[in-house]
Amino acid sequence: MSEGVEEEVKTNPQGDVITAAPKAPKEEAKKGAAAQRVVDPDYLFLQAPREKTFITGSEAAKEAIRRANVDVAISYPITPQSETMQQVGYLYAEGYLKDYYRGEEEYGVMSAIAGASRSGVRCLSATAGPGLMRGLEVISSWPGGRLPCVLLIMCRVINAPLAIQPDNVELSYMLNTGCLLFHAENQQDFYDYALQAFMIGEKPEVTLPVAVAVDGFFVTHARGWVSLPAADIKLPPRDCYHEAVPMMDNENPPIRISRDAPIQKSNFISYQMHASWQQEIWAAQDRSRKWIDRWFGGLIEVVNPKAKIMIVASGSAVSQSREAVRQAAEQGVEVGLVKIKSLRPFPTRELIEATDHAEKILVPEFNYVGWLAKEVKSTIGRNERVISGPRVFGGMSMPTELILEYIFGSKQY
Amino acid sequence: MKQTKEPAYRVLTGPEGLLPPAAAIMGIRLPEEGEGLVEGRIVEEEKAMEAAAIAMLTRKNPTLFPGPLMIWGWNEHTREKAKPFFDVAHEIPGVRIIPMPDYRPIYPKIDPEAVINPCHPNLTIWHNKIEACVFIGVHCHFANITLKMIRAGTNCYTIALCAEAGHEDAMASVPHFNAEKLQKFAETLRRVKKNGVKPLYEGKGIIPSGWAQIAGLTGADITKPEEEMVEAGVQSEFAHDLERGLDENEE
Repeated sequence: MSEGVEEEVKTNPQGDVITAAPKAPKEEAKKGAAAQRVVDPDYLFLQAPREKTFITGSEAAKEAIRRANVDVAISYPITPQSETMQQVGYLYAEGYLKDYYRGEEEYGVMSAIAGASRSGVRCLSATAGPGLMRGLEVISSWPGGRLPCVLLIMCRVINAPLAIQPDNVELSYMLNTGCLLFHAENQQDFYDYALQAFMIGEKPEVTLPVAVAVDGFFVTHARGWVSLPAADIKLPPRDCYHEAVPMMDNENPPIRISRDAPIQKSNFISYQMHASWQQEIWAAQDRSRKWIDRWFGGLIEVVNPKAKIMIVASGSAVSQSREAVRQAAEQGVEVGLVKIKSLRPFPTRELIEATDHAEKILVPEFNYVGWLAKEVKSTIGRNERVISGPRVFGGMSMPTELILEYIFGSKQY
Repeated sequence: MKQTKEPAYRVLTGPEGLLPPAAAIMGIRLPEEGEGLVEGRIVEEEKAMEAAAIAMLTRKNPTLFPGPLMIWGWNEHTREKAKPFFDVAHEIPGVRIIPMPDYRPIYPKIDPEAVINPCHPNLTIWHNKIEACVFIGVHCHFANITLKMIRAGTNCYTIALCAEAGHEDAMASVPHFNAEKLQKFAETLRRVKKNGVKPLYEGKGIIPSGWAQIAGLTGADITKPEEEMVEAGVQSEFAHDLERGLDENEE
């Protein structure tokens, strides 16, 4: 370059300098993956020594996938999910995954995941908001196909006027697909749930896909403390020969369903078979409770269990509620909190017991429709105690003062 | 969360009705190693085996339904279960062995004396008037949908001897069922007979079922043309289409 000529600097629309893409790691970089050893899931989840690190939610997901012994990851980029799958791409380059590619769009991605799971390998995808909507038809067919896989959902606005900001209305669509559905509060949860989801979904009596949701940006793009075990240990590989249906068998259902829809004839026998099949999906969900109890420490967490005012929340609304509980205590009022970790299966019995004594139950949410409040109201008795709110949506954050207004019934906060 | 009290629901012989619920949804939980299920209640493994043995010895037309994980010798685990499986069969007088060879839909034509199919297991139960049966080596998904349909429309006592976690929808179930436990089940059958349970079909052996088994026992050549098979008396009234193969897309 001759003297006096400035080197062109590329920037993104926000003016940030675009640095060169990282070079593909050499064989040296793959040594970490090659050195990993398989350990018992109980050891990895519950016993292995951990060290604290300050990372984003996307990086927490990356660390889960690093230790998950994933065979194939397929996705299509969409904000705020893209960063996570970019991180997973680095893992592929470092040899932690056997295959990784970008599909044409989400319908194709979710179909490819179905095919990969049917072949008996451990699969991962991730999406967000409108991407989830686009893939939903296929995602809804995964449970009936008894296809274990993990889908990470980074929630964002789905409805017009379009926005990329946090809003978790999309989870209301996931509630009735038959997939297991966990809702992470923070970066730590996102690491733990994503990793544990693989083993829960692959249990023979469960054999179901698992969606692990997190509120976009609040968690994916923000840093938090995450305790991680060493990176040189990983989960055992998927053992598809001990699952509820035969994998890699193109002559038998459920794979054959795609070929000639054999049980969809118009007669009672076919209806009965289909009905029994559907019942089995939800029964399998119920069987996952044992493993959620074991590895999550329960489907719910309860703070101040005797308080007369209880907050029931999931996702990052839990974090805001924790702070509201603290601030209420400063005012001399004890407020309780029920954190719902698993939305499917829903903690029916646990929630009834945890709220039985409560006089007032608040359900703060990051969506307009109040899907969690509806779930709570349809679960517990004396549901006139449930106050459906506060709710924010469209990308708004939830000030703790808003929750306190609902607690104290006044605008002073 | 630990279950504090037993659910009210019981998994009893049917017919239970048009569409019984999945037992898991009604609060029935799966047994741990060393345990079993009897009618929806957790019991010791031995008690579950006893209940299963008594049902197979005393109810009408007891039948073993081996699934693909039992009848195809595709790995050592399957092969080592073959001998104890027949040990069990020989301890049940008058037992039939009707396989569920795979899960391919064979609707609308089925030879209910030769096979059971998860799309319509009740047809085989009804046709053979089976009142006690054992499922073994059936993938869990297909075992569960089958067990629910049998409970819905028949009076059959179902037993699921499962290599994995067990089955809430069976009247009796034992999990992690390997060759050793099969042997233990044969011993349980011997013990309950010794303790005074009189088999309904005492003195009888295994009753062949289906044209292939009958043909095998009579020495008939099952590759002979259909007319000769009928003459030889080895073909049941249901066999004609199965033998030729089915048009799987036929409505």
